Amino acid sequence: MADRITLVMNLNGEERSVQVHPFARLLDVLREDLRLTGTKEGCGEGECGACTVLVDGQVVNSCLVPAIQVQGAEVITVEGLARGGELSPLQAAFVAHNGAQCGFCTPGMLVAATDLLHRCPHPTDDEVRDGLAGNLCRCTGYSKILDAVQTVANGGSSK
Amino acid sequence: MIGASAHRKEGRAKVMGTAIYTDDKFVPNALHGVTVRSQVPRGILKGIHFGEGIPWAEFTIVTAADIPGKNLVASVVHDQPFLVGIGEAITHMEQPILLLAHPDRHLAEKARLAVSLEVEELPAILDIQASLDLEQVIYGTHNLLKEIRIQKGDPATVWERAAHVIEGEYFTGAQEQMYLETNAMVAVVEEKDAQTWVTVWGSLQCPYYVHGALKQLFGLPEERVRVVAMEMGGAFGGKEDYPSVNGGHAALLAWKSGRPVKLIYDREEDLACTTKRHPSRSRLKTAFDAEGMLLALETDFVLDGGAYATMSPVVLSRGAIHAAGLYRCPHVKVHARAVATNTPPPGAFRGFGAPQSLFAMERHMDVCARKLGLDPVELRRKNFLRMGDTMATGQVIREDLDLGGLMDRALAEIGYHDKRAAHAITNQGEGPIKRGLGFSVFMHGCGFTGSGESYLASVAGVEGLADGTVSILAASTEMGQGKNTVFSQIVAEALKVPFDMVDVAEVDTDRVPNSGPTVASRSTMMVGRILEDAAIGFKQALVQQGFLQEPYTADAFRAAVARAVESLGSVKCYGQYHRPPNIIWNDSTYQGDAYPTYSWACYAAEVAVDLDTYEVKVEDFVAVQEVGRVVNPRLAAGQVEGGVAQGIGWGLWEEVTTKQGRMINNQMTNYIIPTSADLPRIKVVFLENAHPAGPGGAKGIGELPMDGPAPALVNALEAALGPLRLDEVPMTPERLMARCEEVANG
Repeated sequence: MADRITLVMNLNGEERSVQVHPFARLLDVLREDLRLTGTKEGCGEGECGACTVLVDGQVVNSCLVPAIQVQGAEVITVEGLARGGELSPLQAAFVAHNGAQCGFCTPGMLVAATDLLHRCPHPTDDEVRDGLAGNLCRCTGYSKILDAVQTVANGGSSK
Repeated sequence: MIGASAHRKEGRAKVMGTAIYTDDKFVPNALHGVTVRSQVPRGILKGIHFGEGIPWAEFTIVTAADIPGKNLVASVVHDQPFLVGIGEAITHMEQPILLLAHPDRHLAEKARLAVSLEVEELPAILDIQASLDLEQVIYGTHNLLKEIRIQKGDPATVWERAAHVIEGEYFTGAQEQMYLETNAMVAVVEEKDAQTWVTVWGSLQCPYYVHGALKQLFGLPEERVRVVAMEMGGAFGGKEDYPSVNGGHAALLAWKSGRPVKLIYDREEDLACTTKRHPSRSRLKTAFDAEGMLLALETDFVLDGGAYATMSPVVLSRGAIHAAGLYRCPHVKVHARAVATNTPPPGAFRGFGAPQSLFAMERHMDVCARKLGLDPVELRRKNFLRMGDTMATGQVIREDLDLGGLMDRALAEIGYHDKRAAHAITNQGEGPIKRGLGFSVFMHGCGFTGSGESYLASVAGVEGLADGTVSILAASTEMGQGKNTVFSQIVAEALKVPFDMVDVAEVDTDRVPNSGPTVASRSTMMVGRILEDAAIGFKQALVQQGFLQEPYTADAFRAAVARAVESLGSVKCYGQYHRPPNIIWNDSTYQGDAYPTYSWACYAAEVAVDLDTYEVKVEDFVAVQEVGRVVNPRLAAGQVEGGVAQGIGWGLWEEVTTKQGRMINNQMTNYIIPTSADLPRIKVVFLENAHPAGPGGAKGIGELPMDGPAPALVNALEAALGPLRLDEVPMTPERLMARCEEVANG
């Protein structure tokens, strides 16, 4: 196998091409080769969800994904959520509700929550809790994250 | 502004992913550092061997022999070496021995594994009892890192005449802070004009602690050391003392290599080698009269302090002062010891000794209520501290304290009496689910213990900028708690200007004064108060020098600041901590005002236990607290919710499993912290009672919520299951099953 491959992907709406080792972690490709450091590493073993990104619309832990697996794929990271400097509704709600404290889980949490509301636009509180259970937060106790997601999904009313 | 839920200053950067944490810092030409650690708990280092197959000539290697200054980490006690030299003592399994750096981090990791150590092993002490029994003397003459005695009256005169004497023994386990961002440092060392200049950027709570450690490590004057706090991905005490160690390591590699160095721990290393909450053992003996009035309390409180002192002396101090809880008691004796063991040293963790001793006390109160045949609510109500009462250290309660009212509010919020009656019926059923309600009532001292704030003599200031806005100069760091926002609110309120005209300066020791460490629930109350004074001084200076006339509009203020900066070049005003005259503390007798004031709380929990699996579900949780005036209700609620979540984790799930003193479940896969699916919505209530010592009446809040959940949960388990030996946290399903089987087996 070649030492390096040319990896081509659509990253946050832009075609990007980069020379990487085929088994480099997608997380490292994003952070080191493409210098998109919004995506974080919290554990390196797919437990914490801080490195969550979307690959072809699927939520993945980018620390577990080899680069070769995203060849030709569409990848969305936290940097792709705001459009033209305007925060997405979820990002704005996280600011308004103090959904981000230390902010380290926030990029992954926002990507996961974006996906959750795409699949399930009006979730119950339990559906939000289950949907985000793969993203660990040590600061908030999750209440304010729940508030932020429910503000966007259900105009603030929890079910 | 005080009392408003202003949005987090750095919130937008955090949700956009543009906030720069230490490992996000782009550092061209950087080497990657790794740490070679001991693999025995105790011994003498005899040799270091570099294995085959690694291009060692490409590596920067630092050993103890390279250290230019003192090989001791500056801390409360200077006892911990940065690295162990040949012929020197190894005292725990994760002890740093030497450092390596290489441009390729994968190769650096391979090289770390290729180093082998030759060690003469010695027998190790791995737990509290072995240390107290002096099976081996591993520290000083008696294995004591610190010993404290507090006495009021004399309990020995009471035991004989008391109607009831009740004893109990309680244990708490280690706990990992599990900040989402692991410990991380970037260092650059420059040689300019034949002088060494050290700069460290890192994930750290206390820039001036790291600054002090680097000065001693390199033997440099203060102006040649610079420490910058990057955006921090959580800390909870875990980045209070440890950054002095890894900050020093990164700087040593940068100094020897002449290149920038990144030293980023992966999760397994972070969990195994960095500080945790101290494990504890408490033995309580209490005397009550026939009506349930507390007559005497004696406690023997022991912390496992690990191989070096780190923060143990001060953690022990806070634990000892909180050990008698918030009850009036004429005769109290506290004997507190932190003992040395051959384990990686624990350190600071939110609560700082108080969660351990308060777990014992608040659990013991429920045990006593059962033995006395009293309702736990009424037993506490009879014995609460009130205004004019004296605590164990002789501190007189000077505030109008209504702990009964606080407790009643929490019990009403959770529906205590109705639910207890309902559970009594439903728990009779055949099904495996049993429910129970429990609560705890507790306090947390605000700021440093005893004379700590006087010794710190913290300084903070405000600076006018050329655009007319105001910048806050303080070394207090943002770790997610909301310091940037709360400080800005306090200063905006004092200056009577809008929130968006104030922001915090980057925390860089070249720019900001030493406002003390970001610990001990002290930032809002202590540093906030200094900033309030500095802001008022700043405004008065503008008025006195004719730049500003009162009353003024925001625009007039902005124009005045801009004019002042233009004509004077720099406009700054500093404030400094002044001990309130009525706060007196004696370090040698442990008598006096241990804290300027306390925050007070009652937490109540409802649990459901599944007797088939021993799984415990927390179905409801209420947190009622009096924390003075609340500066930012939404951020404050976030502090409480997060602290409660950590407390629930400590109480039920978070178990540090060790082998030879080393954590072996050092992964997020097998060290279990609460997920969103594990927690109920936590109901948070603030009862406001402005306190004169804090800015706008605010008291401390950060640590308080860690103290209450564990005893409330275990008390709830007893309410659900009946009398059991529920004397320990975490009360994991395995432990709970064993306790139930003890009863079943008689």
